Amino acid sequence: MNRRLLWPLAIFVALLAFLAVGLKLDPREVPSPLIGKPAPAFSATLLAEPQRRLQRDDMRGQVWMLNVWASWCGACREEHQLLVEYSRQAGSVPVIGLNYKDQRPEGLAWLSRLGNPYRDSVFDPDGRIGLDYGVYGVPETFIIDRLGVIRYKQIGPVTPEALRDKIIPLLRELHG
Amino acid sequence: MIPEFGHFLLILALGVALTQGGLCLLGAHRRRGEWMALARPMTVLRFVLTATAFGCLVASFVRHDFSVLYVASNSNSALPLHYRIAGTWGGHEGSLLLWVLMLDIWSLAVARFSRTPPPDFIARVLAVMALVGAGFLLFMLLTSNPFERLLPAAPDGRDLNPLLQDPGMVTHPPMLYMGYVGFSVAYAFAVAALLGGNLDATWARWVRPWTTAAWVFLTFGIGLGSWWAYNELGWGGWWFWDPVENASFMPWLVGTALIHSLAVTEKRGAFKGWTVLLAIVAFSLSLLGTFLVRSGVLSSVHAFATDPRRGLFILGFLALVIGASLMLYAVRAARVGLGQRFALFSRESLLLVNNMLLAAACGAVLLGTLYPLFLDALGLGKISVGPPYFDNVFAPLMAPLLLLIGVGTLTKWKGDQLGTVIARLRWAAPAAIAAAVATGLAAGRLGMATTGGLALAYWILITAGMDLAGQLRARGRASWSERLSRVSRAWAGMALAHLGVAAFAFGVAMVKTYETERDVKMGPNDTTEIAGYEFRMLKLAPVSGPNYQAMQAEIEVSRAGRVLATLRPEKRVYRVQTNPMTEAAVDSNPLRDLYVSMGEQLDDGAWVVRVQYKPFIVWIWGGCLLMMAGGALAASDRRYRSRATREAVVPADGVPA
Repeated sequence: MNRRLLWPLAIFVALLAFLAVGLKLDPREVPSPLIGKPAPAFSATLLAEPQRRLQRDDMRGQVWMLNVWASWCGACREEHQLLVEYSRQAGSVPVIGLNYKDQRPEGLAWLSRLGNPYRDSVFDPDGRIGLDYGVYGVPETFIIDRLGVIRYKQIGPVTPEALRDKIIPLLRELHG
Repeated sequence: MIPEFGHFLLILALGVALTQGGLCLLGAHRRRGEWMALARPMTVLRFVLTATAFGCLVASFVRHDFSVLYVASNSNSALPLHYRIAGTWGGHEGSLLLWVLMLDIWSLAVARFSRTPPPDFIARVLAVMALVGAGFLLFMLLTSNPFERLLPAAPDGRDLNPLLQDPGMVTHPPMLYMGYVGFSVAYAFAVAALLGGNLDATWARWVRPWTTAAWVFLTFGIGLGSWWAYNELGWGGWWFWDPVENASFMPWLVGTALIHSLAVTEKRGAFKGWTVLLAIVAFSLSLLGTFLVRSGVLSSVHAFATDPRRGLFILGFLALVIGASLMLYAVRAARVGLGQRFALFSRESLLLVNNMLLAAACGAVLLGTLYPLFLDALGLGKISVGPPYFDNVFAPLMAPLLLLIGVGTLTKWKGDQLGTVIARLRWAAPAAIAAAVATGLAAGRLGMATTGGLALAYWILITAGMDLAGQLRARGRASWSERLSRVSRAWAGMALAHLGVAAFAFGVAMVKTYETERDVKMGPNDTTEIAGYEFRMLKLAPVSGPNYQAMQAEIEVSRAGRVLATLRPEKRVYRVQTNPMTEAAVDSNPLRDLYVSMGEQLDDGAWVVRVQYKPFIVWIWGGCLLMMAGGALAASDRRYRSRATREAVVPADGVPA
C-alpha cells in the first residue's frame, strides 16, 4: 500500500476527533458577565395576581432559581416537564418564573395546560427585567444564592444532564 | 392514520435499502447476476416508498394535523397553503425526509438513465446510494421522526419560522439538497470504481454528466440562498460567511475542482486517483455540512434545534461513510493507476493548478469555519472568525484562478509552448486592463482592487471571444451560422460558465467599490438623497397579512424630479412567533439596485430607515445563472447521449430534471 494514499484518511481522523470534542462543547455557553455579581433588582407584578408584586429582595436569605420563559417559546416546552418534576421533589429550591415578553392570558393558559413548576411567575411584558439580566434567548435559568449573587446561568433549555451534573450539586453546595 | 402510514413506509424503505445494499454489493462481488438484477427494481421501490411517505407528511401539513408534533411545531392554522407545503421541509425532521427523497430521486435517475455501464458496476453504484439512504433513514427513525404524535393535539401550531416564509426560501432548500445529494452519485461511482478496481476514461464519461448536474443544482441553491438573504435579512449583504453558508460552499468548491479534473480524466486518462479522491471529498463535505447544521457544534443563524444524540449519530455515520471510503481509497487507489503523462506546460498542468487553488480555497474555508471549534476544543477560548479572514484569504486564491481561465482554455492538451501561448495572449492582457481602467473612470473612482477585479472579468470575456474565434476558424469554410452550430455543446457550456464567472467578478468588483448606504431618521414627508436618487417617505401605515401585522412605509424614489418607483418596505411581526422581521423593498435593474429597509422605531414615531445604492449587484446572481446554464449545456453534450439514443429510452437531454 502506498503510504501517501493514507493522508486523506489521517486528516479525516484528526478532523473527526475535533468534531467529537466539539459535540461536548456548547458554542452558546458564553461566560456570563453576571456570574458572581449581585442579581439585578426588580419589582414587578405577578402573572397570576396582577395586584401583588414581587421584588428581588423578597428572595433574600434563600437560594432560588430564576427561570425565564414565555408561552411563545418552543424550547421552553422541552425543559418544562423537567422543571415541574424538579419543583415537586422534596428539598427543591423555590423556582421563580420570569414570564418574558408575553401576554397574561397566554402565559396563564400555558401553565394550566403544561403544569406550573413556579412558586410565582413575575410578569415582564416589555422585557425590561430580561434586559437587566442580559437575557438574549429564551429559556434561560439563573441560580441565585442567599446573598442575592448570581452563581450559575444556563442558556437554552435545562437538560436532565445539566440539572443532575451542574445545578443540583451547586444547590447542595450553596445549602451546605 | 396518515402519519402512522408514513412512519410505516419509512421503516419499509429502510428495510429495502439495507437489503438492496447488502444483496447488490455481495452479488457484484460474487458475480451473481440475479442478485445484481435486483438493483434497478429495488431502487424504484425505495423511491415509491419514500415519495409516498413524503406525501403523507405534506398531507398532514395541508390538513392542519396538529396532533403531529412536527406539524404543530412548523405550521399554524393561519399559514397559507403554499407555505404549509413548504413547511414540510421547514424544520429538521422534514428536511431530512426531503434529503432522503432527493437521494432516491437521484438513484432512480441513475437506474433509469445510466444504461452503458456493466451490470455489476451499476449494482454497486445503486447499492452504495441505498446504504447512504439507509443511514439517513435510520437517523430519522431513531432520533428525528417527522411523524411523531403529540397527544393531546395542540390546539394550534407554533407557525413556520417567519424567516422561511418567502418564495426564495421555499425553493432554496430543495435545490441545495439536490446539489448536496447529487454528489452522492459521483461518490457512489468512485466507490464502485475502487471496489471493481477499474477506472478509465469511460468511467469519467459515465460520471461527468451526473457531477455537472449536481453542481448545477448546488450553484442554483447557493445563488438562491444568497439572493434570499439579500432580500430577506434586510442588511443588504449577499454573502455572510456564515458557517452554514460555508458548509454549502465547500462542496461547491470541491465539486468545481471535480468537474475540471474529470475533464482531464475523460480526455487524457490522467488524474485518476485525484479525481476519485475529489469525488469522495465532495460528498463527504456535503455530509459534513449536514453535521455542522444539525449538531449545533457551531452557532449560526441557520441553527436547527440541537440535540446531542443527533450530533453523535451523524458523527458516527460520518466516521463510517467517509472513513470507510477513504480507507478503501488508501488500499485500492494505487490499482486504478495514475494515468497518462503530460508536459510541464499543458492544459493538464494548468488544470492541476486550478484544482490546487480550488482545494486550497476549500481548505481555507474549512479552517475558518472550524477554527472557533478547534480553539474551543483545545481550551484556548472562544472566538469567532468573521468576514475579514475570509475576504483576505479568499481573494488572493481566486484572482489567479480567474487568470488561469483565460490561459487554460487557450492552451493545448498534452503539451504547449509557453512562448506561443504568451504570443497568442499578448493583446488580451493590455486590452483587459485598459477596459477596466476605462470602466473605473466612467464610474468615477479608480482603485487597485477594483481595477484588478474588473480586469479579470474583461480578461475572461476577451479570451472566451478569442477561443470562440479559434473554434470557428477550425471549422473550415462553411457559412458562419453553420460553423456556429457545429461548436460542441460541451465547449459552449464551458464558455458560458466561464462568462458567468466574469459576470460574477464584475458584479462583486462594482458593488464592493461603488456601493453607498445611509441610515436616516424618516417620518412622513421626510426626504433623503443617495447617489443622485431622492427618497421621499409618503406615508407610514399599519398593514396586516394572513399571519402577521406590519408597519409599512411608502417611499417614492425619484431622480432629477422624475419619479422612478414607489418602494414599500415593511417591519413585520408574526403573530405566533412574535419576532420582528424586516421586509426590505428593492427597485432593481441591471445597472443598480435601490434598497430600502426599516430599522427601529424612534420615540417620536419616526423610523430609522436604511437606504442603499448597489450598482450591478444583480450581476452576481446573473453570473450564477450563467454558470448554471453553462453546466446544463455541457452536461447535455452529444457524447453522453450517443449510446442512450440507440437504446431509445432516454429523453433528449440525457440529464435528469
